[in-house]
Amino acid sequence: MYEVVRRDEIVPNIHLMVIKAPAIADKAKPGQFIIVMPDETGERVPFTISDWDTGKGTISIFFLEVGLSTAKMARIESGGKLYSVAGPLGMPTHIDKLGTVVLGGGCYGIGAIFPLARAMKEAGNRVISIIEARSAYLLYMEDSLKEFSDQLMVSTADGSRGMKGRVHEVLSRLIDSGEKIDRSYFIGCTFMMMNCSIVTRPHNIKTLVALNPIMVDGTGMCGCCRVTVKGNTKFACVDGPEFDGHEVDWQELFARRSLYLKEEAMAYQTYR
Amino acid sequence: MKNEDKKSSRQHMPEQLPELRVRNFEEVPYGYSPEAAVKEAKRCLNCKRPGCMTGCPVQVNIPKFLSLIAKGNFAAAARTVKEKNALPGVTGRVCPQEIQCESGCILGKKGAPVAIGNLERFCADYERENNLIELPGKVPPTGRRVAVVGSGPSGLTVAGDLIRLGHDVVIFEALHKPGGVLFYGIPEFRLPKSIVEAEIDFLLKMGVKIELDSVIGNIRTVDELLTGDEFDAVFIGVGAGLPAFIKIPGMNLSGIYSANEYLTRANLMKAYLFPEYDTPLVRGKNVAVFGAGNVAMDSARTAMRLGADRVRIVYRRSRDEMPARHAEIHHAEEEGVEFFLLTAPTRFMGDESLRLTGVECLQMKLGEPDESGRRRPIPIEGSEFKLDCDLAIIAVGAGANPLLTKSTKDLKINKWGYIVTDPQTGKTMKRGVWAGGDIVTGQATVILAMGAGRKASGSIHHYLTWGW
Repeated sequence: MYEVVRRDEIVPNIHLMVIKAPAIADKAKPGQFIIVMPDETGERVPFTISDWDTGKGTISIFFLEVGLSTAKMARIESGGKLYSVAGPLGMPTHIDKLGTVVLGGGCYGIGAIFPLARAMKEAGNRVISIIEARSAYLLYMEDSLKEFSDQLMVSTADGSRGMKGRVHEVLSRLIDSGEKIDRSYFIGCTFMMMNCSIVTRPHNIKTLVALNPIMVDGTGMCGCCRVTVKGNTKFACVDGPEFDGHEVDWQELFARRSLYLKEEAMAYQTYR
Repeated sequence: MKNEDKKSSRQHMPEQLPELRVRNFEEVPYGYSPEAAVKEAKRCLNCKRPGCMTGCPVQVNIPKFLSLIAKGNFAAAARTVKEKNALPGVTGRVCPQEIQCESGCILGKKGAPVAIGNLERFCADYERENNLIELPGKVPPTGRRVAVVGSGPSGLTVAGDLIRLGHDVVIFEALHKPGGVLFYGIPEFRLPKSIVEAEIDFLLKMGVKIELDSVIGNIRTVDELLTGDEFDAVFIGVGAGLPAFIKIPGMNLSGIYSANEYLTRANLMKAYLFPEYDTPLVRGKNVAVFGAGNVAMDSARTAMRLGADRVRIVYRRSRDEMPARHAEIHHAEEEGVEFFLLTAPTRFMGDESLRLTGVECLQMKLGEPDESGRRRPIPIEGSEFKLDCDLAIIAVGAGANPLLTKSTKDLKINKWGYIVTDPQTGKTMKRGVWAGGDIVTGQATVILAMGAGRKASGSIHHYLTWGW
């Protein structure tokens, strides 16, 4: 059992969870994830590690309540317990001085790009962070991201804050304005990561995306998370989760992610 | 012993009728009654040179435990087994006794050998179900500490052996339940999880510690385990946890699982109890299982129990080459699993939403023997046909998972990624590190992994006492 030090609904439906896991905090690197089981009957679900504190022995994740597992997690109060937490899993992001780095985040990805911003900034890069939300009241993490970004660009789909539009649209305008981008990273829903990859492709901007297929063990044992990248099958849990967005077979990823939609809907709706 | 007992034929193990069990997950054989067990044990001739023992990878004192059962002293029989085998309830169920202990039984020359496996299972169950489990006497602690990576059959054997010798043992398990393949791989109807839990609980009561959710290689490396004073030795028994797929088009369509994933969802995550448990599983009506080993049989029989109308085993060689135990093939057939032999898949087909709809297959004929000694299957031209299926399970084996080996310095691995060890001792090329089980041999059986654990534990004990 793992103590939930803090669980806050920071904006409607998006939660921050701080978990006591000193051994994971010691080893966590940007780009890695954990697998959580909320309770003994729960599923094993991956979450990007958004921050860690080796002093306090804690790690942080952000999640959107979207199904049964996250509904269970959203009902764990600070001081409560998680049944299982395994990590850090996946290959860490390669951090280097690359020049100008664009980080795009939406949904839980706003929190998930934070350790990348911090590491990229500390490595001496010019960091431009772009975040999106449906509306202003769903934006979070702005101050933390600002601290490690040379520029923070905020967008909302309804135009209630920042630029009207989505990350890929802001990105498109940024590229059109003549900004020279050496590397770009996107974390968020599959659709957003795909759209951003489509925008950067004609400009030959190296684009990395943190894929989020369904997983079970997270150690390369089951092959549930297989994705096709440049025609080859890769396991997102051990070969990724980061892959070149221009080489990912997005259609296959969408299909594999939606295999259990019916069961997920049923389980969520009958959850009490 | 009376002469008629010697001559009596092997006691039949009663089991659930196929038409009943095909839709439930309860264990198939019911086990012996005490009367049947005594009768069966009395068949043992108490040979001067017991051939059964030479066939046992962990050297259980078989004549002794059989004679204790014959005398009605069931708990003592169980304790005799446990001196050499920490998992008697497991091995009594899943060992291929027909090619091990029972193949060495002299009675087998003219009739049926003593049912050693059934009796091992009987005494272990009897001791557990009647709360007769007793801990062996404590030995003085040596102050030495051993880390065991992986809580499958080899790791549990090492842990059981070393704790009995007074060493401190900590097992690191990547998943949230201990047992490795015993928990995630072998289905409930063949090996009830409560038995795995009880046998692991016995090790815990003897003082073994288990750290769950600990992916060694990530959360800590083998080198870190050996730094400082923390551990004096490390045993690696992480299994062959890398699923093999078939290199044909359509392999990533939705509805195609590796057997590892399918069985892990069903067994470890208890997807067969969905929605009581949260993990879902495709419940196919038309199921194709590729491969013909024990894992393929387990997958096919699980799919049957999850409501399939038809389950087909698709295998490119013939019946004679099927690697599964006869008992498993027999059980699968009784439950209505069909066998499409000399058949190989060429491509998977899906609908517009990339959901599996069928598989194109090719018929084969057998040619000359290949390097494995089995006759090589050769495609028959123009024999393509389509098999409709909404669920496919790939059970064509597993390879070496590189997660741990790639993070460990100086560990010698072969070209397939398996760890190179001294076959007599399990020593790796890295000082203070042993390995055994599937990560050394490739996919094998529970008992062979336990045998490897036994050799390693002896060598580790020698090292902790005398040095490398």
